[in-house]
Amino acid sequence: MSDEQEVKRERKIMTPEEREAKIKAAAEARAAREAAKAQAGDAEASTEDAAAEGTAAEAKPERKILTDEEKEAKVKAAAEARAARAKAKEEAEAAAAEAAPKEPSYNQPRLDRAIEILKTKVAVDAVEESYINENNSHLPTLTIKGEHWYTCAELLKHDEAFQCDYLRNVSGADHETHMEVVYHMVSISTQHEYCIHVKTDREQPSVASVTPIWQTANWNEREIYDLLGIAFPGHPDLRRIMMSDDWVGHPLRKDYVPLDSEV
Amino acid sequence: MGTWLQEPLTWTNFAIFLAWGVVFLFIVLGFVTYAIYFERKVIGWMQLRIGPNRVGPLGLFQTLADIFKLLIKEDTIPRKADRWLFILAPVITYVPSFAVLVVIPYTDSLYFTDLNVGLLYYGALSCISTIGIILAGWASNNKYSLLGGMRSAAQMISYEIPLVISVVGVILLNGSLSLRTIVNGQGDYFWQWNFLPQIIGFVVFIIAAVSELNRTPFDLPEAESELVAGYHVEYSGFRFAFFMLAEYVYVFAIASLTTVLFLGGWHAPFPFLTFIPGIIWFILKFMFCVFFLFWLRATMPRIRVDQLMSFGWKVLLPLSLINVFVTAIYVELFIK
Amino acid sequence: MIRTEELLLNVGPQHPSTHGVFRIVVKLDGEVIKEATPVMGYLHRGTEKLAENLNYTQIIPYTDRMDYVSAMTNNYVLVHAVEKMMQLEIPERAEFLRLIVMELQRVASHLVWWGTYLLDIGAMSPFLYAFRDREIIIDLFNELCGARLTYNYMRVGGVKWDAPEGWIDKVREFIPYMRKKMEEYDRLVSGNEIFLTRIKGVGTYDAQTAIDFGLSGANLRCTGVNWDIRKNEPYSLYDRFEFDVPLGTNGDCYDRYFIRMEELRQSLRILEQAIEQFPKDGEIMGKVPRVIRPPAGEIYARIESPRGEIGCYIVSKGKAEPYRLKFRRPSFVNLQILPKLLVGETMTNLITILGGVDIVVGEVDC
Repeated sequence: MSDEQEVKRERKIMTPEEREAKIKAAAEARAAREAAKAQAGDAEASTEDAAAEGTAAEAKPERKILTDEEKEAKVKAAAEARAARAKAKEEAEAAAAEAAPKEPSYNQPRLDRAIEILKTKVAVDAVEESYINENNSHLPTLTIKGEHWYTCAELLKHDEAFQCDYLRNVSGADHETHMEVVYHMVSISTQHEYCIHVKTDREQPSVASVTPIWQTANWNEREIYDLLGIAFPGHPDLRRIMMSDDWVGHPLRKDYVPLDSEV
Repeated sequence: MGTWLQEPLTWTNFAIFLAWGVVFLFIVLGFVTYAIYFERKVIGWMQLRIGPNRVGPLGLFQTLADIFKLLIKEDTIPRKADRWLFILAPVITYVPSFAVLVVIPYTDSLYFTDLNVGLLYYGALSCISTIGIILAGWASNNKYSLLGGMRSAAQMISYEIPLVISVVGVILLNGSLSLRTIVNGQGDYFWQWNFLPQIIGFVVFIIAAVSELNRTPFDLPEAESELVAGYHVEYSGFRFAFFMLAEYVYVFAIASLTTVLFLGGWHAPFPFLTFIPGIIWFILKFMFCVFFLFWLRATMPRIRVDQLMSFGWKVLLPLSLINVFVTAIYVELFIK
Repeated sequence: MIRTEELLLNVGPQHPSTHGVFRIVVKLDGEVIKEATPVMGYLHRGTEKLAENLNYTQIIPYTDRMDYVSAMTNNYVLVHAVEKMMQLEIPERAEFLRLIVMELQRVASHLVWWGTYLLDIGAMSPFLYAFRDREIIIDLFNELCGARLTYNYMRVGGVKWDAPEGWIDKVREFIPYMRKKMEEYDRLVSGNEIFLTRIKGVGTYDAQTAIDFGLSGANLRCTGVNWDIRKNEPYSLYDRFEFDVPLGTNGDCYDRYFIRMEELRQSLRILEQAIEQFPKDGEIMGKVPRVIRPPAGEIYARIESPRGEIGCYIVSKGKAEPYRLKFRRPSFVNLQILPKLLVGETMTNLITILGGVDIVVGEVDC
């Protein structure tokens, strides 16, 4: 009984020191973890780039080894990165092997025609990029220049060749280098689908509103404005829709910092 | 009862009247208590539920507990409400509901007064309750209540008229506004009761009466899915209890009135059944009317305001007028 | 002259008929609506933001909570999108199980709609009848995956749990039971004169408007546009079954009501066929990598949920977490037409129209 009390007392006395030590250790560990993570992230990102470019360059960022823990984390991260690299390489190879003899998609003529129409009727440089999204039911995907977007949208809805009267979805994405608004549209009569990307600057993001063309875009654009901060000039009522009116920042941006870090 | 009413007012008679009044008050309150219980049970069964079964045996004390809760609840009056009207409104709604009961004869001998304008008295007094509802809607200073109050006003005006006109046929047949005379004018066979000769009047009366009660499908003033609770949104505690009480006392009154006017009051459906006392027959018919109201509530959706209005003015009113004309012609040709 | 004033009325967020915490600010002239402004976001939980820090399997429970009346279809749209991206093969038994639970879910969801719609209109009994029958489906789901509302049942590559012994038979028994109950519903409600006059000609719009507003589900089909993703862009196994897509002509609440009732019957028809063809045995999970990393790229998958087209847009950078995940929620898109429909209607019709659009606020706000 008395022994136990003794132990308890001792522990009590020890507590402040202990706590301090603990806090210190925890802080160190956390810092180590974060550093490892960041580096691992770098490694992964760089490998991705490498894989995408098709080069075999292996960028291995140099690191300073501080603690055992970090070493462990680093080893783990490296292993992960290696695995990812291997996989990416494998996939790239597989894709390359597949791509070489592969037939062009059945939607390729439609995409070509779309580009041609947009180029002739709107502007030569209206379409920036285009590809067929094969995983997504061979969806013709076009990237359209921001300044031509409204004219293109009108054309997409009213032109005989497109007749995309049904706007399925509007989504926005923050790609860190740029912002993007993605429109998925379909023609009810021909069932032809298109996916349109419109890129915009990240500092002053702004894409012409298509609400006058498709009413569907109304709330979707408000939502994108609310969550990503992309302005839609021409929108009849551009207000926040999900967050409260006095909210600071746009939560879906990658650089968004929550006011309350606990959340 | 009749003999007492004819006697001069002495202290003894006053005491007797008072005693009867108190007894009757408790009968009505008892009815309200158990009508609510009955309604909840019946609708519960219709909706595959059990209904109240926790407080007391079979949940019999549930309503008592509810009333007790309402009475001890904090009395809230919104600060922006028109205080005096807010307090006055439940009273105005509640008093006439009891006052109309005075003219209803339960049996040949059990009645509280035999006014020769009984029916008119009923129609006139029951209108006053509407004023209470409108006042409640206005005084609460709440938009939902206001809408509820206004709906109530429109509804009352539209349905009070067919209600009164639909019974004109009955009055013509019996030649009296006194409810007791009207019952006595109906025979001992059920086909001699007014609901068959006055079938149009009866149907119009039932519809208008349900509407007067603000019950489904005519519960627009309190339509909970639209106006949250309508005119009594801001009321709680015993003021709310007064509104509820008034509503159920009117159920009592309308069920009695229907029985008296159309279902032959205390008469048995066949002469050989007259050995059963009249009061039993009255209660049976009365209970059926009450059940009918609850049944409607479990079955019907709510009608829309504009449809309610056009139905009242374009269907019920012409129908009741036609009924009056047809009855008048019939009386002129065959009875006179 | 009588001076009249417009009345600004906040319907919601606490209101019995806004189906959750949804708010409409209406300007009233008497009972006639001059202007209606929907206000939402009270149930916004930032699912899309949360998803960016979760791996794909971890996101599935969040989809349950979007349209909590129809969690199975939400599960499906996410796993469907990921599977499409990764080009995964799904075992037949798993796909059948998914289809059966999705159709059961459609029945359950329409039952909830039916009950609450009648409650909005002022009839309270149908609500309890609908919930009685929905309870059977909920019990079936409970037996299958141990949850009554938020199932978290599907996985990328298959489903989490196989059907327990006798489960399929229970579903089989449910079909004729439900058919009988449907007749009962029709007798009680569908012929009720008061009900019919309340929904006929209310909230009318034409096909052009419906398409322009991007409406989907019964809200689009009530105008006569033949557009059901199960038929138009068949996913899962829907191309194996025979069923009709009920269409309306007038685009009013009446058409929407009867389309949903008919869809209920068609779902039972699909279920009947699916039970017949249900494979006796087989895998319920396909070959899926342990860590799900869809290749870099993007995808937009959509399916027909009870409320319309639910879509899932994923941008992947080849990581285990989505770079951007966006749900196209049918309730959110369908609701846009509300301000237009409400102008000139009465307060009562507000409830009728809002109920007829069939929203789930968890999905509107996401």
